[in-house]
Amino acid sequence: MTTDARKARVTGASSTIPATGSIQSALANAAAGVSLRQVTKKYGPVTAVETITLDIPAGYYCCLLGPSGCGKTTVLRMIAGHEEITSGDVFIGDRRVNDIPAAKRNTSMMFQSYALFPHMTVWQNIEFGLEMQKISDTERKARVGEMLELVGLSHLSNRKSSQLSGGQQQRIALARALVTRPQVLMLDEPLSALDENLRVQMRTELRRIQKQFGMTFVQVTHHTEEAFSLSDMVVVMSHGRLDQVATPSQMFKAPASQFVAKFMGDNNIFQGKVRHCIPEPASDVDVIELEVDGIGSLYSQGYAVPLGSTAACSVRPDLIRIEAIGAGSGQPNHRVNHVTARIVSIEMTGYVTRITLMEEKTGKDLLCKVRTTDWEADPYSEGQVVSLRWSEGDCVFLPH
Amino acid sequence: MAATQKTPFSAHLLTVFFALFVLFLYGPMIAVFLLSLQGPEGQLTFPMRGFSFHWIGAVFGQQRIGNFVEAFGRSFWLGLLVMLITVVFSVLAGLAFRTNFRGSNLVFYLTISSLIVPSILVSLGIGVVFSLLNLPVQWYSSALAGHLTWTLPFAFLIMLGIFGRFNPAYEEAARDLGASDRTTFWRIVFPLIASSVIGVGLLGFTLSYDEFTRTSLISGETNTLPLEIFGMTTNVTSPALYALGTLTTVFSFVLIAIALFTMQKLEELQNQQER
Repeated sequence: MTTDARKARVTGASSTIPATGSIQSALANAAAGVSLRQVTKKYGPVTAVETITLDIPAGYYCCLLGPSGCGKTTVLRMIAGHEEITSGDVFIGDRRVNDIPAAKRNTSMMFQSYALFPHMTVWQNIEFGLEMQKISDTERKARVGEMLELVGLSHLSNRKSSQLSGGQQQRIALARALVTRPQVLMLDEPLSALDENLRVQMRTELRRIQKQFGMTFVQVTHHTEEAFSLSDMVVVMSHGRLDQVATPSQMFKAPASQFVAKFMGDNNIFQGKVRHCIPEPASDVDVIELEVDGIGSLYSQGYAVPLGSTAACSVRPDLIRIEAIGAGSGQPNHRVNHVTARIVSIEMTGYVTRITLMEEKTGKDLLCKVRTTDWEADPYSEGQVVSLRWSEGDCVFLPH
Repeated sequence: MAATQKTPFSAHLLTVFFALFVLFLYGPMIAVFLLSLQGPEGQLTFPMRGFSFHWIGAVFGQQRIGNFVEAFGRSFWLGLLVMLITVVFSVLAGLAFRTNFRGSNLVFYLTISSLIVPSILVSLGIGVVFSLLNLPVQWYSSALAGHLTWTLPFAFLIMLGIFGRFNPAYEEAARDLGASDRTTFWRIVFPLIASSVIGVGLLGFTLSYDEFTRTSLISGETNTLPLEIFGMTTNVTSPALYALGTLTTVFSFVLIAIALFTMQKLEELQNQQER
């Protein structure tokens, strides 16, 4: 296996990680899932994480997403063994690891600042974990070499970490974490220190390596786009609790709470009172009529809740149609949501044009995103009053 | 090109002030240094009568100026001992204070207060306790204790600063990779703080090497070097006294130079540790 891996070509200035399928065998340890059972973490009187139960299947790329202070890093550190668990259980595979130190959990962590040892070379950094496992010299050499090839930085093995760029440090940190063949890899905001272009590039590489090894990755991030693009499974947290656990596409289409809808950014959220629940015979969801102050009834899809309770509905900015006043409204379908708004600003950001509007009666800010090509084919000007429409099926009911 | 700005008057004033400061700081030392190079007929005061290394040689000559060599030896070994103890315990204390253990505040203030208590009182107190316990005062016992009351709190404060800046992620990364606590300390933490530890050691040595007040009442029958030199001022009337001062100063400088050199080498080795 090592010879094959060695043959793997490092191309060009090694700005990309070579796709070397043969290295797969270098990480022989089977991936393990992670389970949290009623896990709570308290710092004195402060509860950082409150009775979380979560299952991350083996081989999944899972992102813990949330604003700073929501407890996501604490969860990661409890799985890795760098934080004691106040109550509850953590399992890695079938093994309860509450009392097992970080060193013996078969997990690896990539730290936010990478924490590369500054007094060691790149090679020594990667070798350290193998040395601790008392692995023989020859095997150590082979495995460190493989890892350096995997991240495409073989030519930097004698450098000190301070002589590396941010992206190179990130890769060395990844190599150091992977070389011990962990069952689960924990990543704490691995891309936050990189600039935008590099971040997108490293994102792709992280995902490729994860797929290549079929390893379980658990990553903390506060970046929705990053979480969506990387994960099989996104976990949104706020105030130490789980808000939603879903695939990126599920979450994008149907955020489960106002918090999630807001955190994903750009969603238009309307708060109101539930006035009607209309069962839909053909589907398992109901149409819910929400009475929104100053705007009137808005229809969305969701599950029955008590009439009169306060709730909200959310519509994505790309699902709102902008029309001229009066146009096509000759026979308005009463189930189509409709508001009138004035265009405040128009920003052409590239593929997409962002249109900020203000609802005429309530002054509420609204956001629409239109494909630039479509917008330019049928543009409106700033200050113009337009009609906004979206169907009930595109509007998500948010019970809380 | 921009017009050259006129230097403000205050800047000139500050320059004069700084020049005076430097003069007062180094003037006395330079005077002693020059006088130690008096010719053989030279006196304790200016003017210089010729130029020679006569008095430097005289220090090592017959025992006419007191027991210099032995006093130097005592101060040297005492300094090393103080340095060693200071380094070990300040590093340990620094490590301990990274966790918020019960009573850490009390221990902190107790330690620091030793810097505030008048030195002569510390010396007196140690002397009293030793006589109470019927122990003889010696440079290597009571004087050692006196020096430690001075160097330990200092070194402790410095170590707190060093560990305050130390990124715990390095240790977590090491443990994550399977290192035991002991390995983590020796392979990761210690190399990263090594240059600072050398600094602390050097500080401990120099503080001890020229410590006077705390030693004055408890060095026993034998003198440390500062006590010996002080004694000489009353009975040595030749520039050999200055020569001795020059020699001990040169010794201190050499020591500092060695330490700085080592620190720089280590720094180069580890590059910047804080990011």
